[in-house]
Amino acid sequence: MTATIEAHGLKKRFGKTTALDGLDLVAESGQVVAVLGPNGAGKTTFVRAVATLLRPDEGTLRVAGHDVRKDPEAVRRVIGLAGQFAAVEPAMTGRENLEMVARLFGQDRRAAKTSAAAVLEQLGLVEAGDRLARTYSGGMRRRLDLGASLVGAPRLLLLDEPTTGLDPRSRLELWDAIRTLVDAGTDVLLTTQYLDEADQLASQIVIIDHGRAVATGTPTDLKRRIGGNVVEIHVRHGEDLANVAELLGRLDHGAAQIDEPTRRVSVRVDAGGDGLMTALRSVQDARVEIEDIALRQPNLDEVFLALTGPPAQGDHTTAPHAA
Amino acid sequence: MTSIAATIDRSPTGLAGRQAGLARSTLTVARRALLRYLRTPQLIVLATIQMSLFFLIYRYMFGGAIHVAGMAYVDFLVPGFIATGVLFSGIGTATAMAEDLEQGFIDRLRSLPIPRSSVLAARAIADTAIFAWSTAFTAAIAYAVGFRLHGSAVDGLAAFGLVVAFGFAFEWVFITLGLFAGNAQAAQGMGMIVFPFAFISSAYVPVDSMPSWLQLFAEHQPLTYMVDAVRALTLGPHADALLGHPASYFVVRALLWALAIIAVALPVAVAKYRRG
Repeated sequence: MTATIEAHGLKKRFGKTTALDGLDLVAESGQVVAVLGPNGAGKTTFVRAVATLLRPDEGTLRVAGHDVRKDPEAVRRVIGLAGQFAAVEPAMTGRENLEMVARLFGQDRRAAKTSAAAVLEQLGLVEAGDRLARTYSGGMRRRLDLGASLVGAPRLLLLDEPTTGLDPRSRLELWDAIRTLVDAGTDVLLTTQYLDEADQLASQIVIIDHGRAVATGTPTDLKRRIGGNVVEIHVRHGEDLANVAELLGRLDHGAAQIDEPTRRVSVRVDAGGDGLMTALRSVQDARVEIEDIALRQPNLDEVFLALTGPPAQGDHTTAPHAA
Repeated sequence: MTSIAATIDRSPTGLAGRQAGLARSTLTVARRALLRYLRTPQLIVLATIQMSLFFLIYRYMFGGAIHVAGMAYVDFLVPGFIATGVLFSGIGTATAMAEDLEQGFIDRLRSLPIPRSSVLAARAIADTAIFAWSTAFTAAIAYAVGFRLHGSAVDGLAAFGLVVAFGFAFEWVFITLGLFAGNAQAAQGMGMIVFPFAFISSAYVPVDSMPSWLQLFAEHQPLTYMVDAVRALTLGPHADALLGHPASYFVVRALLWALAIIAVALPVAVAKYRRG
């Protein structure tokens, strides 16, 4: 089966800003690929290129075997786009919105009705289906937007930061919906700033920064690349944080991370139990009261910081038609 | 729970082989704009009240002060007022276009396998239809406060048709404005450009009542020709005395202006839309 996305050496400039700087990415079919990166890394620009909303300046990009420059129409037939801003018509019902998009995919009236009904059911919007979209909550609108990208039965779903701005519950509901789609055979390319989202949903993560791919792999692969483990101490008194950080820093050449709100200090250590024992001992000797101590795998946050460093210069606006 | 893949027919005779043509795409997208208008009563009510208020102000307050030889001011005013409606409703088009851009609706449409031109054509058609409706409504109010057709009914219908045609031509200017503006506020700001065209024209006052330096602009700009064409058709015998040329003179020039405007604005709009 042809790869769903094949990008080689993609470059795109907007005036003086280089948004994509030689991006390589291959997404095989049957995958959920998450493109992870800070603001300005080029995620949205990449998704827009795949969606044929903009043309790359250099490089090649094929979607389901079709070249985006030579045959954009063929690409548009197999993709579905759901963006950061839920692009649904508020003055139409959920059902009408879906039927409209289905018609634009070339379905006749009857087929459009069937597709719309199927999507409403798939996304748990049947009761709300005949209400105007402007009465929907934020989470429902996002689901409807997702639905609009599905009525054409796309081979590839493009989700640009799908859960930005949603409350935790709506996020989880959307994740469930996405997982169901993946199970039913739709490939997904998703961009996100949320590391837990990539971890939860993706089978393949591509970390991008300054317009190029910095690291690629499964969530487990990437965590393993950093090597070793993380010791995390939860102190009882906030005043002890700095002290504990200093103590733990000696275990890893001074690189302990403090999380003030949760009163935790973490530091990377070599694999094996020695790091944990040493940490516990030094904390005991210093007579610091602790709530909890743990040895765990590095989370994506730590992988990310290790691989990319500070965010890109020049925060691009988040309006969909800009970079 | 059924899966989408199972429900939607992927065979070549199902949806995969088909594509929405220009006509279907345009009508489907136009329908959305019309539904939005019809289902947002605040828009309609506000626009109607505003329009009626301004009309009555001009008719009754300025009507007393402005003297036009040989006719009631209301007969002079109505063609002008209706014609400038083209410009003021155009600001709404520009704003709607900019909002769609801003909110990602255009992105979705551009990612769909529909002809590029259908989106802009849909906007132009839907907004022209809305404009035609509000023009008819304005004419009804005008009738209620004393406006009368002095020419034939056929001439009156021709006048209406001309206004709608002009509205369609100007749509493309405002679509272009909206595409360049990119957001609602900027579109409203750019919309201010209509004011000189609306007021420095023969719409509300006779051109020869203006200072000479304004007359130069007023006499040659498209709206003046349009207004005078409508006047020529609605005023019947009074028209010749006022305007100095037969109706055909103005109608031809108004139509030429409309064609010129479309010839320039339409390609610019399409190019801008494609470039994104």
